[in-house]
Amino acid sequence: MSRIELDRVVVRAATPGGPVPEVTVLRETTLDLTEQRIALVGPNGSGKSTLARLVNGLVEPTSGRVVVDGLDVAKKGREVRRRVGFVFTDPSAQLVMPTVVEDVALSLRHQVRGREERADAARGVLASYGLEELADRSVHTLSGGQRQLLALAGVLATDPAVLVADEPTTLLDLRNARMIGDLLLGLPQQLVLATHDLDLALRCDRVLLVDDGTVVADGAPDEVVAHYRASAG
Amino acid sequence: MTRRTPTTDVALIAGFAALIAVCAILPDIKTGVGVPYSLQTFGVLLTGAVLGPVRGFLSVVLYLVAGLVLPIYSGGASGISHYSGVTAGYLVAFPLAAALCGYLVYRNHRNATQFTLVFTCGLLSSFVFVHTLGPLNLAWRADLSLKEAFSFDAAYFPGDIAKNVVMALIATAVHRAFPDLAARRSPATTTDEPATQSA
Amino acid sequence: MTASPLGDYQPGTSVFHQLPVGAKLLGLLVLSIVAVSFRGVPTTIGLLVLAVAGCVVAGVRLRRAARALRGVLVAMTLLAAYQTWQRGGEHAFVVVGALVALLLLATVFTTTTSVERMVDAITRWLGPFRRFGVNPELVALAFSLMIRGIPLTLAIAGETRDAARARGLERNPRAYLTPLVIRVVAHARATGDALHARGLGDD
Repeated sequence: MSRIELDRVVVRAATPGGPVPEVTVLRETTLDLTEQRIALVGPNGSGKSTLARLVNGLVEPTSGRVVVDGLDVAKKGREVRRRVGFVFTDPSAQLVMPTVVEDVALSLRHQVRGREERADAARGVLASYGLEELADRSVHTLSGGQRQLLALAGVLATDPAVLVADEPTTLLDLRNARMIGDLLLGLPQQLVLATHDLDLALRCDRVLLVDDGTVVADGAPDEVVAHYRASAG
Repeated sequence: MTRRTPTTDVALIAGFAALIAVCAILPDIKTGVGVPYSLQTFGVLLTGAVLGPVRGFLSVVLYLVAGLVLPIYSGGASGISHYSGVTAGYLVAFPLAAALCGYLVYRNHRNATQFTLVFTCGLLSSFVFVHTLGPLNLAWRADLSLKEAFSFDAAYFPGDIAKNVVMALIATAVHRAFPDLAARRSPATTTDEPATQSA
Repeated sequence: MTASPLGDYQPGTSVFHQLPVGAKLLGLLVLSIVAVSFRGVPTTIGLLVLAVAGCVVAGVRLRRAARALRGVLVAMTLLAAYQTWQRGGEHAFVVVGALVALLLLATVFTTTTSVERMVDAITRWLGPFRRFGVNPELVALAFSLMIRGIPLTLAIAGETRDAARARGLERNPRAYLTPLVIRVVAHARATGDALHARGLGDD
């Protein structure tokens, strides 16, 4: 299992043109994440998305260090991003190629050389998620659930050690949300899941409640979720 | 916090190239003379004003190159035919106009939200490049005198001014929504977390 | 390629399909210079014969050729009328005939060149510029993103237009263009993040 460490991490953001030059997005945070399935819960704008993005260098700490499996994210960004897969809320921003098979092939560009071989490998990945019939479809014509599943397949194609998912089920209907949720929780990889779905959080091994840029509760899922429910009134 | 990554620049360049394409293939305003008179020039100058000189220039170049094989120039005819035709001068002028417009708007990022300034930058860029190279090529290809070509071209002035008004309204709105686009050293961020103010 | 404004490409095996992209572009360039430098009845007739032959060899369907010409029909008719009035019918034929010929030859290019081959060619041409910091893979990616972006942007344009209409603002271009452009920027940034997360900025 992988290990994610945050050592006195602070994140501030510049706000050009705003009333104040900077805002603190994440106050000083130290964490050691070794559980397999970790959920981040909290209100919109609390900082949980920032926390998730720190893990693969999409957000850089203003001070402090983020270390994944002994690799400092700020210094070894390339290696870290090969170990850490990321799934976003809106899959249409993540799917960048015109057709389904091309998009998965893009993920495989380091693993498989040669255009034909890569396309074959991509079809293999699609088949393992039951998406083989969509291979030549335009990404634009897929349904929301299909798109998120494809985004996930594209990320898992490279077999990352850690998967970070930032509200991956928020845009989906109940049935697709359940399908994606089940898939994520059943993965062998370490999972960091920022979510509003408390049922999903309850099925994780550890839950962190983030509010106003601070981790305010951290521990067993049922306790933290109960605390969150109580604090939300 | 978040760095301005090269991938974000690539995505912006590609996104605006697609936006120009959409502007160009939306229904035309018919004028009869046949020189492009769609939202295409609006898209080109907007791209410059929003993305700045370098990204703006590259975005328009990407649009033009993709247009060689995709029917995304205004009028909808297949791409490269326009380079053999009377409108080539306008197409060649586009990236230059976008770059100049972007340079002028980005010279001081505080200016990016000033309507009059952005409007002036757009109009100036369009007169320096579009309304010179356009009619020059027209004269050469269609074997017209310069005077004839420039008077054909002048028919587009009123529409151009109107398009520049809309362009400036929208570019300033976009810069207000994303103040870090034009800011020189401040990082780009897409996280949706403004959170707390630092003490 | 299933992008919404379908490319003009028709799969085939003609000699034009097999020629390198660069050779076809160069040929077009040379012919358009010839058309202007050696303006005359024989040149125009030659170009027209070449263009029609090219269309036949490449298998350009009649409908496609007509569509290519339709976009500029008004301009050509006006130009022909103007030239006839000013300089006589023969001159009008020389000028407009050459333009029509080049238009058809350009259609031969688009009919026989797929987007993939075009992108491959560009990536190859940019190879030598790698030492100046040009990353051909990022350029190829920009093409893919753009092609993917066209149907997406059309969809956003439709949504923002509907939203403006629902508020009774359909006559106000600002009401639907502003949210359109803002969403294009927001989407581009989300895409940039996703690309970065997939390691594409690290290559």
